[in-house]
Amino acid sequence: MAQWEAVIGLEIHVQLATQSKIFSAASTAFGAEPNTQACAVDLGLPGVLPVLNYEAVRMAVMFGLAVNAAVSQRCVFARKNYFYPDLPKGYQISQYELPIVARGQLEIALGDGSYKVIGITRAHLEEDAGKSLHEEFADSTGIDLNRAGTPLIEIVSEPDMRSAKEAVSYMKKIHSFVRYLGISDGNMQEGSFRCDANVSIRPAGQKELGTRTETKNLNSFRFVERAIDFEIARQIDVLEDGNEVVQETRLYDAVQDETRPMRSKEEADDYRYFPDPDLLPVVIRPEMLEEIKQQLPELPGEKALRFTQEYGLNAQDAENLVLSKEAAEYFEQTARNTNAEAKRVANWVTGELNAALNQDDLEIASSPVSSSMLAKLLNRIEDGTISGKIAKDIFRSMWAGEGDVDSIIESKGLRQITDTLEIETLVNQVVRENPAQVEQFKSGKDKVFGFFVGQVMKITGGKANPQQVNRLLREKLK
Amino acid sequence: MVMEELSVQQLADGLDSGQFSSVELVRHFLHRMQAHRHLNAFISELHDRAVMQAGHADRQIRERKHGPLTGVPLAHKDIFCMSGERTSCGSKMLDNFIAPYHATVVQKLEQAGCVVLGKTNMDEFAMGSSSENSYYGPVRNPWNAECVPGGSSGGSAAAVAARLVPLATGTDTGGSIRQPAAFCGVTGLKPTYGRISRYGMVAYASSLDQAGPFGKSAQDCAYLLQAMAGFDEKDSTSVDAPVPAYLAELNRPLQGKVVGIPDEYFSTGLGSEVRTIIARAIDWAEEQGCIIKDISLPNTELAIPAYYVIATAECSSNLSRYDGVRFGHRCEDPKDLHDLYHRSRSEGFGTEVKRRIMIGTYALSTGYYDAYYLKAQQVRRLISADFNAAFQDVDFILGPTAPETAFRIGEKTDDPVTMYLSDIYTISINLAGLPAISIPCGIHEGLPVGMQLIGNYFAEDKLLNFAHQYQLATDWHQQCPPGFQQKRQGC
Amino acid sequence: MPVSLEEILKISHLARLHVDPEEAGQYAADLSSILAWVQQMNKVDTRGVDPMAHPLDACQRLREDKVTESDQREKFQAIAPRTENGLYLVPKVIE
Repeated sequence: MAQWEAVIGLEIHVQLATQSKIFSAASTAFGAEPNTQACAVDLGLPGVLPVLNYEAVRMAVMFGLAVNAAVSQRCVFARKNYFYPDLPKGYQISQYELPIVARGQLEIALGDGSYKVIGITRAHLEEDAGKSLHEEFADSTGIDLNRAGTPLIEIVSEPDMRSAKEAVSYMKKIHSFVRYLGISDGNMQEGSFRCDANVSIRPAGQKELGTRTETKNLNSFRFVERAIDFEIARQIDVLEDGNEVVQETRLYDAVQDETRPMRSKEEADDYRYFPDPDLLPVVIRPEMLEEIKQQLPELPGEKALRFTQEYGLNAQDAENLVLSKEAAEYFEQTARNTNAEAKRVANWVTGELNAALNQDDLEIASSPVSSSMLAKLLNRIEDGTISGKIAKDIFRSMWAGEGDVDSIIESKGLRQITDTLEIETLVNQVVRENPAQVEQFKSGKDKVFGFFVGQVMKITGGKANPQQVNRLLREKLK
Repeated sequence: MVMEELSVQQLADGLDSGQFSSVELVRHFLHRMQAHRHLNAFISELHDRAVMQAGHADRQIRERKHGPLTGVPLAHKDIFCMSGERTSCGSKMLDNFIAPYHATVVQKLEQAGCVVLGKTNMDEFAMGSSSENSYYGPVRNPWNAECVPGGSSGGSAAAVAARLVPLATGTDTGGSIRQPAAFCGVTGLKPTYGRISRYGMVAYASSLDQAGPFGKSAQDCAYLLQAMAGFDEKDSTSVDAPVPAYLAELNRPLQGKVVGIPDEYFSTGLGSEVRTIIARAIDWAEEQGCIIKDISLPNTELAIPAYYVIATAECSSNLSRYDGVRFGHRCEDPKDLHDLYHRSRSEGFGTEVKRRIMIGTYALSTGYYDAYYLKAQQVRRLISADFNAAFQDVDFILGPTAPETAFRIGEKTDDPVTMYLSDIYTISINLAGLPAISIPCGIHEGLPVGMQLIGNYFAEDKLLNFAHQYQLATDWHQQCPPGFQQKRQGC
Repeated sequence: MPVSLEEILKISHLARLHVDPEEAGQYAADLSSILAWVQQMNKVDTRGVDPMAHPLDACQRLREDKVTESDQREKFQAIAPRTENGLYLVPKVIE
């Protein structure tokens, strides 16, 4: 059996967070009644003309700068001609020969501490299509054109990825970039961030690429991973059966967890691109570029570096934190408001907080435990009021909306026992009640020490200061 | 007083002084339109709307809140969207299309107080040179009903020539204002590309389409152009440059102006009578003190092929929106999406439109793009460069508008290439985006001859100035086709 | 180079125009003669000539990002061939 290698490239479509559409003054807000946000231009009525939105250009340029790409001084809109009911004009205004962003690159972490550079072929501006609703009517498809004309950047990667995991981390990185830049809400359920995956297979070591398939409209990281894994396995099966992979467009069916050929795309496409005569070349002058450069926020890489320097975090912790702009901000706010060391703050954000968010499927912005609440909680550990273990219980109580850290400590009596006399009394009691274990310890079984600690903690409901318990027990058993 | 013979200036004066009201004026022209329906110059007559608008104009005049065009009747080519009215573009595809918005041109003229009497007939989607390709039947030339009025703005040209309206709008993609103006003996101006907004004008070939005025005279055209021209933020290709006061420029002397005569416009294919008539116009210019200079526009003969690639490519894409989904013709009981598209479009479009969509689709398709579309764009550059070079040395370029006078209805319908050749002198101006005007300058065998005067970019004022001076000295523009004069009435 | 019937069918499909077999022949003849005539362009050498997409050498103006359009669905759908519940309807599409 040959060793197979998968070759993956992604085309990521990012809806830009403009107020109005790329070529019209209709709203881009999500969720309106069908066709109430489709104006004459979006409907492609006879005689209407497009006028380009500055914000869309600015956002695309910002993306280009962020991925160290060449931002074109002059870019051109072209028409991509094809018929589809949710494409009102019979062409999509896109870019072809001269896109706004040319060659760039992005580094992804592979999870084993190593990194890989993924090439970005180009990123171009284009308009989104409307939506076809196939389920609403028995024998008709309904067309909602509210989405038509929403600005998109399509980010095309080089075929540099070799596994679904790599593809997902590349996609996550792009996602974090557009969120950092504030150029997209990145909402995948609403289709603001979606991708097409090009997958092909070749024998390991072979230079030429195999025949690829394109799986369209993947709108979650999980679907991207599943769809690519499915495609890789399917194509290997096809090849190992001695057949050939057919170049085609496929759809991922999340219910069946499989990809299948897209019926409406059976014929070979001939998009007949040509420069859109309704739009003039877009010229991005050096002043404009400079102005946008000034607006660039701190990006994940820079932030991670700063976190290691300013907060003394290790690289791995910093990387994890900056993956989400909101998580990084949450971390920083917490760290600024607590006496606890940054490493502990980082562990809480990536550990307890993250787990709780995932469990309840919440965004960090809607976390019931705010950064100031977490900061206070950590302060109570720091000042010895509570132990780390108790703090986790309190965190869960705060998560459940039972109040802030101090009121929970009071109402549940969770204050740590630090009174040496009180602990000494308990230590004496435990030693007295367990003579057999004392014998064992004295005969050299050090492990039994843990038993005594456990007994003291059990009696105090975990509230005894562990360091003091340790110290007093050692003295007692000496 | 013969109302239909009055100039726009006389109409404005008459309205202003209360000599007649806009309602009277409008009723007069509406009667003429009805009396000459055999010309088929109109697709829609807007009787009620016009009378209402005229009443409104009269109030404005009484309240002294009017401008020079308040209450003046005009017709729009049925390519301009007019809110609440059918905008058919001469096509079955849009026969049921009631525009839900105003084109910028319509808006501006409404604001200027013009009263719209109707929407004029035209070649379907402006594709044609004879106004025969209309779903509503061919337009007839007022000078000879057996002849075409030219196209595609044939309805507008015929309506002005027959004195059914004093003014009309048109559009010109390859000669669609100038050639019908020449065939019908009226004055028609194609401005610089970008001078007038294209918003709301149904697109044929976006990089060539340009709206412009028809009138009996250059002075009338100056009035209309003044109201049509100007920057529009809804059209990315409209030019943000000040609009000169055209009327103020009409009376400059022509002394010392250099008039270029392109060799290529007087070679093969030009009718000898037309040649003689144009030669007389050149003599006139010389008498005015113009310097006549022979020039060359060497790539002229490549203009038509380049045009037919570029225009059809753009049209094949522009007309994709007619799919039977959101507006326009939809076939009965489509059995699936394929059927909906194919039948709606095939039923809705006429022969010439389909032919051009096919050519354009072919020219853009994989494997042919470079040989056709790209090549045509390069040829376009060469043609434009020819003009740029010429305008280094001359103020105007003068020649015939068309190689011959109006041809007979049906004469060229079977041979597209021969039909295309009737635009030989006008097409290259659209490719370059320059302004040009057609001015009546003679009559041959009962049919008008037009001369074309081409100017440099945004030199509309200079073209109108030249034309006006010519019209002060000649009366070709005052010739009314036989059968359309009214019996003289006392004033 | 004559245009084949096969090409006519391909082009007519791209353009979503129905072409009967008998029409296809006419189209092939028409397009062949028009395209042959168009090839006069090859008389001139255009190597290195910058293609001209626009008559004016200008650049795109950029619009301020402001919503000024409001809902006009009723007006727009009044001219639509088929709508229901605010949606435009087409025969069922199977993806």
